Amino acid sequence: MGEAKQVKLYGFSLSPYCTLVHLALKLKGVAYEYVEEDLTNKSATLLQLNPVHQKVPVLVVDGKPVAESRVILEYIDETWAEPSFLPSDPYSRARVRFWVDFFYQRMVPPSYAIIRSQGEELEKATKEFIEVLRILEKGIMEDFPRKKGPFIHGSSPGLLDIIVGAGNPGTKAIEEVADVKLFTEEMTPQLYSYVHAFLSLDLVKNTVVPYDQVLEAIKERRMMALSSSKE
Amino acid sequence: MDQPPSSVKLLGSWADSHTHRVQLALKLKGLEFEYQEEDFINPSPALLLHNPVYKKVPALLHGGRSIVESVVILQYIDETWTDNPIMPADPFERAVTRFWCHFTDDKLAPAVGLVFSSSGEGQKAAVDQVHENLKLLERELKDGAFKGRRFFGGDKIGLLDIVLGCGSYWLAVFEEVMEVKLIDPESFPVFHAWLRDFEEQQEVKETIPAIDRLLEYARGIRQMMLSLSNSSSSSSINNAAASSG
Repeated sequence: MGEAKQVKLYGFSLSPYCTLVHLALKLKGVAYEYVEEDLTNKSATLLQLNPVHQKVPVLVVDGKPVAESRVILEYIDETWAEPSFLPSDPYSRARVRFWVDFFYQRMVPPSYAIIRSQGEELEKATKEFIEVLRILEKGIMEDFPRKKGPFIHGSSPGLLDIIVGAGNPGTKAIEEVADVKLFTEEMTPQLYSYVHAFLSLDLVKNTVVPYDQVLEAIKERRMMALSSSKE
Repeated sequence: MDQPPSSVKLLGSWADSHTHRVQLALKLKGLEFEYQEEDFINPSPALLLHNPVYKKVPALLHGGRSIVESVVILQYIDETWTDNPIMPADPFERAVTRFWCHFTDDKLAPAVGLVFSSSGEGQKAAVDQVHENLKLLERELKDGAFKGRRFFGGDKIGLLDIVLGCGSYWLAVFEEVMEVKLIDPESFPVFHAWLRDFEEQQEVKETIPAIDRLLEYARGIRQMMLSLSNSSSSSSINNAAASSG
């Protein structure tokens, strides 16, 4: 338990899934090496480490690769105990896992749809995104009533704080680029305050990709999507 | 609730592989439970109450609360009743288990469902997709993370066996109903051997419905789907296909 492990993360700077892993490792105080992948020209190493999906992030610990960001996050939590990312009782853990899956399943598709659409389709995707956030807000309020701390997890950030928080700069960029309102204090006050608390941490500020880079990336994606849909 | 807090109740559907996962896990843990059959096309008030977000089976009721999403339920069961663990103890092994659970539900199952709900060129593409996915599993069993093991969990059935096994019976059923080759023992010898071994286990035999019931059920759904015109199938039919994957 005492010896330091050799930890290496293969990722792409603009991938929020990779940001999740950076955040988790840093919150646990784990020293690691980082390898930036060119997703248009993936390294032979990456393809060997994640032959099934051929994607980032991949976390390699003492030579053993772990892929899929959700899986990596739980792995990190189980390998380095403090600070914990999950509650200790089975029911609360089940609820955290439920909302993590919900976020991945229901949040991602409408956000992609917003980026690539206009007019009626954009309106529909925006409504869906807002509705999903509303369900998440209600669910988190019911399952994790305010404890002694500014985070969903309590006095330190947990799995949901990391996942919801890390997604936020992207959401903000999408709002700006598509000219829509997605995440406001009025609509989802609890989530808003949790995300604000998380993003205010110095560790988080020093880890997340600078906003202007995120904005540029989203701008480019939207431009490409809209121009290809005109053909 | 009137029942003592330790009692367990499962809301499920008899032909739903996710329900079977939970039933099998409870059986393997030697747990008594009450079972309530749900018509997943018309969810009961109880199901709407206990799974308001997805309105689907299975839902496990325990200690006055409900737990939903089959892989979440399996981990809950393992963490609540700690004898005869179904998850490995080692964090890396646990990560491998979770990875392949996601693979099963995000890649393999949808491809299998698509074989069932499509025809012509679309079906051929879906069949190819199933083969690609099975190849990956076969490789992992033969040379990778699960090399040399009887079950994914080792000598005994574990969580991944439960997740993969409860659903893989549809491969044989769809082969017959759709007249396609999905799980040819020559192409996937290790996977095929594992599946046969899994299905021979006592608790598994007690959980998975008889194959002729599944065949009849699948034929009925397929008939219904084909008799609808080219308009997109009702969500209930998609649910049937999806939950059959």
